[in-house]
Amino acid sequence: MLIEPTDSGLYCEAGRFHIDPWQPVERAVISHAHGDHLRPGSRAYLCSTAAQRLLRHRLGSAATIDAAEYGTTVDVNGVRVSFHPAGHILGSAQIRVECRGEVWVASGDYKRAPDPTCTPFEPQRCHVFVTEATFGLPVFRWDEPAQTVGEICAWWDEMRAAGRPAVLFGYALGKAQRVLAELARCGERPVFVHGALAPLVDLYRDAGVVLPQTRRASETPRGTSFAGELIVAPLSARGTVWMRRFRDHSSAFASGWMRIRGARRRRAYDRGFALSDHADWDALMTTIAETGAERVYVTHGYTQQLARAVSEQGIEATSWRTQYEGEVEDAE
Amino acid sequence: MKRFAQLYDEIDRTTSTNGKVAALVRYLADAPRDDAAWALFFLTGRRLKRLLPTRLLHEWTLELTGFPEWLVHESYSIVGDFAEAIALLLDGRVEPISSSLLTAAAPPANDGRLPFDDPVPVDEHVADVSLADWIERRIVPLRELTDDERRLRVLVWWTRLPRHELFLLNKLLTGEFRVGVSHTLVVRAVAQLANLPTAVVEHRLMGNWQPSAAAFATLVAPESAADEPSRPYPFCLASPLEEAVDTLGPRDQWLAEWKWDGIRAQLIHRAGQVFLWSRGEELVTNRFPEIRDEASRLPRGTVIDGEVLAFEGGVPRPFADLQRRIGREQRVAEMAVNVPVAFVAYDLLEQDGADIRELPLVERRARLVAMLNALAPPLVLSEELTAPTWDGLAALRSESRARGVEGVMLKRWSSQYRPGRRRGDWWKWKIEPYTIDAVLIYAQPGSGRRASLFTDYTFGVWDHGELVPVAKAYSGLTDAEIDELDRWIRRHTTGRFGPVSQVEPIHVFELGFERIARSTRHRSGIAVRFPRILRWRRDKPASEADTLDALRALVGTASE
Repeated sequence: MLIEPTDSGLYCEAGRFHIDPWQPVERAVISHAHGDHLRPGSRAYLCSTAAQRLLRHRLGSAATIDAAEYGTTVDVNGVRVSFHPAGHILGSAQIRVECRGEVWVASGDYKRAPDPTCTPFEPQRCHVFVTEATFGLPVFRWDEPAQTVGEICAWWDEMRAAGRPAVLFGYALGKAQRVLAELARCGERPVFVHGALAPLVDLYRDAGVVLPQTRRASETPRGTSFAGELIVAPLSARGTVWMRRFRDHSSAFASGWMRIRGARRRRAYDRGFALSDHADWDALMTTIAETGAERVYVTHGYTQQLARAVSEQGIEATSWRTQYEGEVEDAE
Repeated sequence: MKRFAQLYDEIDRTTSTNGKVAALVRYLADAPRDDAAWALFFLTGRRLKRLLPTRLLHEWTLELTGFPEWLVHESYSIVGDFAEAIALLLDGRVEPISSSLLTAAAPPANDGRLPFDDPVPVDEHVADVSLADWIERRIVPLRELTDDERRLRVLVWWTRLPRHELFLLNKLLTGEFRVGVSHTLVVRAVAQLANLPTAVVEHRLMGNWQPSAAAFATLVAPESAADEPSRPYPFCLASPLEEAVDTLGPRDQWLAEWKWDGIRAQLIHRAGQVFLWSRGEELVTNRFPEIRDEASRLPRGTVIDGEVLAFEGGVPRPFADLQRRIGREQRVAEMAVNVPVAFVAYDLLEQDGADIRELPLVERRARLVAMLNALAPPLVLSEELTAPTWDGLAALRSESRARGVEGVMLKRWSSQYRPGRRRGDWWKWKIEPYTIDAVLIYAQPGSGRRASLFTDYTFGVWDHGELVPVAKAYSGLTDAEIDELDRWIRRHTTGRFGPVSQVEPIHVFELGFERIARSTRHRSGIAVRFPRILRWRRDKPASEADTLDALRALVGTASE
């Protein structure tokens, strides 16, 4: 086994490094900067160049972070390691590990749908593919993002006509910027953001992602009316006093979970937009086929179900127990 | 159908009850009358009887998608709604009306029309057909068809309708039409539209009516003399007693009664008719014919507040028994024999047609007692607890569990019967539930709103070093705790049995429950009733959770 699950995370013994460990380790190779894949405390980190500034933002100035361009091979204790675009968020990567001719690819989180904020997923041929399965059931099938974004714009228009604020919740890192970038393509209007998003929005801008003009809602004068405005906020802002300024607002959540009506209703959002940064069922199955892998390990999400479905297609597949969360329904 | 789908969206896209009522009013005001009647039929929880077995819908889903059966079952379980799951599974995976699909059963006609005699022209705007036409001319006729003929029609609809309308069609086909709008809201909307009191609308909506334009017209017609007799009074509600009981002052200023565990109800006899209203503003007269018959012996112009109880030989039966009679309009006669009930009278609100709610309780009670003297079970008087001191009453209250009641009610003798919950005059002095500390051992996703989260938990207690399941609980945690626990469960699942996840036995919860009894049907040998989560005991390691022996000791303290 070139890579194995351990108590600390996925471990490559030959190269003496961990992939996305959940305990502090000597050397951590990181797929992307979401909290469940990037934890502080390891002695040294290695990631894609595109992700490096996000890791720095999250880990602080003292952390040791090395980076490699997508597609460039790094030698780690005799094992060849390279990063390949995963299409999940800015800088997200599949981690390709090669040792004595055996090739493993750990997907991290990924999606196949177009996203203006990150490099599209590039399928890698490999012997063994380690995949996520956040949405590993066939009821999860995304509409074209353009269609879903159109629905978001229509909702904003409707709220503008009604003179009500439209508050859209999404992950602070990734989803919020993707939504903003998509909105930049359908209008010129500025968008208000929560303070927690602002530094991440700046990091995306610095990376060359085109985003609309954004303003912090908290920096507006007291008594400002948000009627007809769109406000993008992280999930953690829900139910806080910060929300009080958006009187009579309509709330929405952008997440793959919004594909299911019950998931939205339970959270009491007015609207749900099934815009996900994860692969849907069809994309998971296509991707697994494209890797040509003869063995598949499934790390998080509907792991048992995906593993069984893949096995029934004649590919050896097993689920691993890890601490990755994929797209959780609430705060990160 | 399109307009109905729009109504569905409008209701679905707001969490505000006023917004939902407004959407309903708009729809009812401008939909064709027969469509409006059908919409009300479904929104008030009625269903088309025996259309076709859901097994067929399942088989056709397998046929169209080609997914293995287990995967489709997993999908149902995650979505928590059969009709929605099918719509999601078919979405984007089915070619519009492939000829191969149809030729298997019948060749397509040359002019492009459907290969069966569809009474409503099917074209690209399949969604433009009205709701009433959909139901009366397409869906209801399915009943009379063979399975092959049904298959052909449903597959054609499935392949032609967009996801959203396909979902609604499935809802109509399966009859599980819960749309996030309560019965009360529907009543409010109709009342608003027709400018009628809600009780009148509630009364008109009850019973069996055939949806039609005429039925709708009757429903929204101006109020007439025929509506008057059924109208109940708003219920007077009690607050939980949190202070010590002796802070209420002298004992002799208070009426004490048992707090019965049944359905609070109002019994009306006016103009030769009997009406029994539950507190949920639902007319339940016909479910309890024995109460109805005896109540017809009451003087005309009488309204009594009381409680419907499962009651046998002068002793109350558990609430679960009563539940067996609720929601079974069909087999009333049979159930009346199996589960005898009583109407336990608390208060007299109207006498000889006069509203007497402003008289003091002591006077109302005296008149009630006199009136009930002339009657027989199942109409009985709620017994007055005559213990002369608070201590004496507390001693009686401690027998609540053995007597199958929830505690004691205290009502000020001088009080009027006032609508709603006002503190000060009426108190419920309930007994504490049993509590244990148990370990979370299994979790399962909920259904409906909770379908994508682990919300159904099984808890165990220790028995010879092993955790034995003793209770399932669904309620008691905050949304934030549910989410936290859900994330933890996803990371700490050690095994799966279908939808059930076995988790590491780490987290301890304090559970409360109302009753405990020996049981041969449970592995633990013990059955608890109404278990709920009181709190998450983060301070307690699993090793310190309760033992089965401790539970057995609780059984010892509870009488049958």
